[in-house]
Amino acid sequence: MTIDERYDVAVVGAGAAGLAAASECARAGVATLLLDEQPSPGGQIYRSITTTPLADRRVLGSDYWYGEALVREFERAGAAYAPRSTVWAVTPEGGGFEAGVSSDGAARLVAVKRVILATGALERPFPIPGWTLPGVMMAGAAQILLKSSGLLPRGRIVLAGSGPLLYLLAAQLVRTDTRIERLLDTTPPARWRVAARHAFAFAVSPYLAKGLGLLREARRAARIVEHVEHLEALGDRRLSRVRYMAKGRSEEIIADLLLLHQGVVPNINLASAIGCAQRWDASQLAFIPVVDEWGASSVPGVSIAGDGAGIAGARAAEARGRLAGLHAACALGRLDPAERDRRARTSRSELARQARGRAFIDTLYRPAEPLRLPQGDTIVCRCEEITARQILDTVKLGCIGPNQMKSFLRCGMGPCQGRFCGLTVTELIAKARGVPPAEVGYYRLRFPVKPVTLGEIAALPQTEASVQAVARLAKSED
Amino acid sequence: MFARRPEAGPSNVAVTIDGQPSMARAGDSVAAAMLAAGLLACRTTPVSGAERGPFCMMGVCFDCLVTIDGNPNRQACLVAVRAGMRIERQSGPAAIPVEGEPSA
Repeated sequence: MTIDERYDVAVVGAGAAGLAAASECARAGVATLLLDEQPSPGGQIYRSITTTPLADRRVLGSDYWYGEALVREFERAGAAYAPRSTVWAVTPEGGGFEAGVSSDGAARLVAVKRVILATGALERPFPIPGWTLPGVMMAGAAQILLKSSGLLPRGRIVLAGSGPLLYLLAAQLVRTDTRIERLLDTTPPARWRVAARHAFAFAVSPYLAKGLGLLREARRAARIVEHVEHLEALGDRRLSRVRYMAKGRSEEIIADLLLLHQGVVPNINLASAIGCAQRWDASQLAFIPVVDEWGASSVPGVSIAGDGAGIAGARAAEARGRLAGLHAACALGRLDPAERDRRARTSRSELARQARGRAFIDTLYRPAEPLRLPQGDTIVCRCEEITARQILDTVKLGCIGPNQMKSFLRCGMGPCQGRFCGLTVTELIAKARGVPPAEVGYYRLRFPVKPVTLGEIAALPQTEASVQAVARLAKSED
Repeated sequence: MFARRPEAGPSNVAVTIDGQPSMARAGDSVAAAMLAAGLLACRTTPVSGAERGPFCMMGVCFDCLVTIDGNPNRQACLVAVRAGMRIERQSGPAAIPVEGEPSA
């Protein structure tokens, strides 16, 4: 794969939204580059769709295999594709943007007129005691191992948490005859009553039948414990036991692997570093970039599509990707507004269909506070090993937000750049101060949003301007 | 802890993990190959020395950092295995390789 020096549009992320956005752009005659970290297209939902060794289509299910058509469409559309490529910066340059990209250990700068961010979602932090022990993984990790390498967990497997993906994984494991020791469901009991007011929309949504089917499958093979309120991973150097509390009773079981999940949240680091405005969403309990009906962010020329602009699922992500692609093609003069609107019609109705029932899911699976807000010595920041107590101590010292706090503790300053602690930190500080999370805010994120070596940056081609700048500096020191 | 589905085909890519020969499946990430080889942990942390292993498998958490062919701090879940690849678990902070000096 070779990457040219300039394109009209760079799309970041080759999941549902990114593939659809890049296809729409390329079909309209826009010079499009799709950049993605993974070796093959599909994002996480359609992970390894072109390479998976799982030939038996029942294992991953028809929702997964739907992604094949999306990749085929992308391949026909004629966009350039750069796999194994990490975008670590997007900065304004000459009326457009310059994207800093690393592929296979070599960095380069690519000039583009517009950017579409399709960075997707990541699993919500699940900060329980012991969550850093080897043997504790996110449920999504197990699913990725299954999709990409045909690897199945073996031994005493415990699934814990809430949300559709946990039950999807359980069903997929059941289909491969994998025994699940226990499924610890942390959905709070009162949540069904609150969610009930959205029940009608849910009943007529695509989610209901799917949800019931997964539940039925999971029940066949796993002992499900409901109303789990407290969860701990125990072990010395490795996970060996899981302790939980349900309905006032505490129990401890032997475990080889604990797979955690309590929903997904938008991956906003790149959008945030670019300066796209965001807002706190009280129902999704996450910061979400502010976008218009085409996915355009507050920064002109930058659009955000898919779950990275708020969680709505894979089919909605595809629709939002198409809208962002059409909008970019129109802004570049490749489509007139009437044609853009005509092509957008199907995606708009698909988006409306997918939105039905979402409120029910968001309400029902809103993770319980004790599993979002840890206490005492539980690690919050995995990279710098900062505990809940240490963070709360800085609030007592007068820290009002994450950015002050991190200069005391380095919390959020490790290689993951707050992706697995940011929301926890915001909510912890908000609760301690008695103010809404919106007032506390999020980490201020800067480039590079992913680590890049100094060697790679030093090896970047020098522009005339940068050479002049250094030459002047050297002269003034003489 | 992880077992391969039979339909995944043969594991015929020869790599070394901490100097020991190991077979991976073509298309495996380094993290997947290590988990398939029964290794749940791939490094100790620079802060407390605690053991860590692959956690998210999608390039987000950076818990799966390992040394690959002498280059430290590579995300094992994002790098595909290659025949002859030298994979090493990391202990604490990684030493930065100096150009012109042979890597360990």
